Amino acid sequence: MVKDIFRFQGIISFFDEVGKVARFAGRFFKEFLKPPYEFRELLKQCYVIGYQSLFLIGLTGFIMGLVFDLQTRPTMIEFGAESYMPAMIGISIVREIGPVITALMCAGKIGSSIGAELGSMKVTEQIDAMEVSGTNPFKYLVVTRIMATTLMLPILVIMADAVGLFGAYLVESMKGGVTFQLFFNKVMNNLSFGDMIPSFIKSYFFGFAIGLIGCYKGYTSKKGTAGVGAAANVAVVIASMLVFVIDLIAVLISDIFYDL
Amino acid sequence: MLSNQQTLGNSNDHGDFAGPQLIEIRGVHKAFGQNHVLNGFDLDLYDKENLVIVGKSGSGKSVLLKCIVRLEEIDEGTLKVLGKNIPTLNHNELDQLRADVGFLFQGSALYDSMTVRENLQFPLRRHTERMQGLDEESLIHSTLKSVGLAHTIDMLPAELSGGMKRRIALARTLILRPKIILYDEPTSGLDPITSKEIIELILRIQKEYDTASLIITHDMDCARVISNRMIVLINGINYREGTYRELAALDEPNVKAFFK
Repeated sequence: MVKDIFRFQGIISFFDEVGKVARFAGRFFKEFLKPPYEFRELLKQCYVIGYQSLFLIGLTGFIMGLVFDLQTRPTMIEFGAESYMPAMIGISIVREIGPVITALMCAGKIGSSIGAELGSMKVTEQIDAMEVSGTNPFKYLVVTRIMATTLMLPILVIMADAVGLFGAYLVESMKGGVTFQLFFNKVMNNLSFGDMIPSFIKSYFFGFAIGLIGCYKGYTSKKGTAGVGAAANVAVVIASMLVFVIDLIAVLISDIFYDL
Repeated sequence: MLSNQQTLGNSNDHGDFAGPQLIEIRGVHKAFGQNHVLNGFDLDLYDKENLVIVGKSGSGKSVLLKCIVRLEEIDEGTLKVLGKNIPTLNHNELDQLRADVGFLFQGSALYDSMTVRENLQFPLRRHTERMQGLDEESLIHSTLKSVGLAHTIDMLPAELSGGMKRRIALARTLILRPKIILYDEPTSGLDPITSKEIIELILRIQKEYDTASLIITHDMDCARVISNRMIVLINGINYREGTYRELAALDEPNVKAFFK
C-alpha cells in the first residue's frame, strides 16, 4: 500500500516536472519572438557553445571514426565485404553515430555548464540583479542559450561527421591501401539526401533539448551550492535521455518516409 | 503574538524629513505557503532620509526589499514607490521605475563573467537616457572614482575582495543616479574595518548623490551611524519605530535584544 502511494506520487511528480518543462519551453517561444533581441549575447553564446566545443567534438569524432572502422573491419573482411566498408561507415556515421555521439558529448559539456552557470547566478542573486537593472533575464540568459545550442549543434555534427570519416579513411588507408579519393567517392556515392536531411534536422532538436534542459534546471535551481551541483548533474542526465528519445522518434518518422 | 505597533517620540512627524514621500507601504501582507512573512507591514520613506530596518533572520526584511522592486509580488496591501502603485505597473513602467531605485544585494551579485567595466555598462546600456549627455566611459570612470576603485575597471569580480565587490556593486547601483537605494545587509560578511569603510561610503554617497536609503541590517553599529529613523520588524509588522536613541532606551526585551 505504502509502496503504491510512493509510486503514485513519483508518477505525479514526473508529469508535474514534464508540465513545468513544457511551460518553460512555451515561455521560450513567447519571449523569443518579442523584441528587444539580445544579438550580442547570442553571438557570445554561439562562440562559447560552438567554437569552444570544436576541439572536444573534433577529437571525439576522429576517435569514433577510427575505432568504428577498426572494430567492423575484421567482420566485413570475413564476409568478403571489405569493399563496402566506406559506404557502410559513411551511412552509419552520417545517419546515426555522428549526431548521437555529438549530442551526448554536448549534453555533458554544454548542458552541465549551462545548468551550473545559471544555477550559480540564481543562488548569488545575479539574476535578480539583472532584473532590477531593467533586463529581462529570461530573454538575456535563457533565450540566447537555447538559440545558440539549437543553431550550433548541427554545425558541430557536420564537423564530427567529417572528422569521423577522415579517421575511418586513415584506417582504410593504412590497412587496406584505399586512396583518399576512392574512399570519399564511395562514401558520397552511397549517401543520399534521405540520409543527410533527417540527421541534420534531428540535430536541431538535440540542440534545442540540451539548451532547454540546461537552462530549465539552472534557472529553477533551488537555493544553495548543492542546488547548483544538482542542476548541472540532472541537466546532463535528462538531456542525454532526451537525445535518445528524440533519436527514436526521428528514426521512426524517417522510416515512414523511407517506406513511402 | 506581538501585535502592538508603536511609534516613539516625535518620530511620527519624521523630524527633518518632511520632504516628498518616496515610498509608502500600507498593510502589506506576504506569505510563502503557510509561512506568513509580512502581516500588515507599514513604512514611509522620505526624501534624503536614511531608514534602517532591523529584525531577526527570516523575519522578512529581504522579502520586503524584493517586494519594493517587485522581485516578489505582495499578497495584499498598498505599495507605492515615487507615487506609483507597484503591483499595477506594466513591464516598461516597472523598468523605468527600477532605474530610480538602486538595489545593493547582500552578496553584491556582480556578474561573474563580466569585468568591472562591463558590470557597470550593463544597466547603463538598458537605460541610455540616464547618461546625462556624458559618454559611457567617463560616466563609468567618475562613478568608480566616487567609490574609490577606478583602478579595478578591467578586473573580474573573482579578483576583488569582499569589500571591493560591495563597493563595485554600489557603483553599479549609482551609475543610473537613482533617487532611492535599497541596501540588503551592506556590511554582512565584512570585517569591522571594511564595514566601517562601507558605512562611511554610504553616508558620503548619500550626500553626493542626494539619495534616500532604506537599509536592512543586523549590524547595530551600522544602524547607529547611518539611521535617521529605525523600524524593528517582528512577526511581519513594524513592531517599534523611532530613532536609534529612542529604541535603545526602551525597556522591552524584544527590542532590547537587538541593542545588546
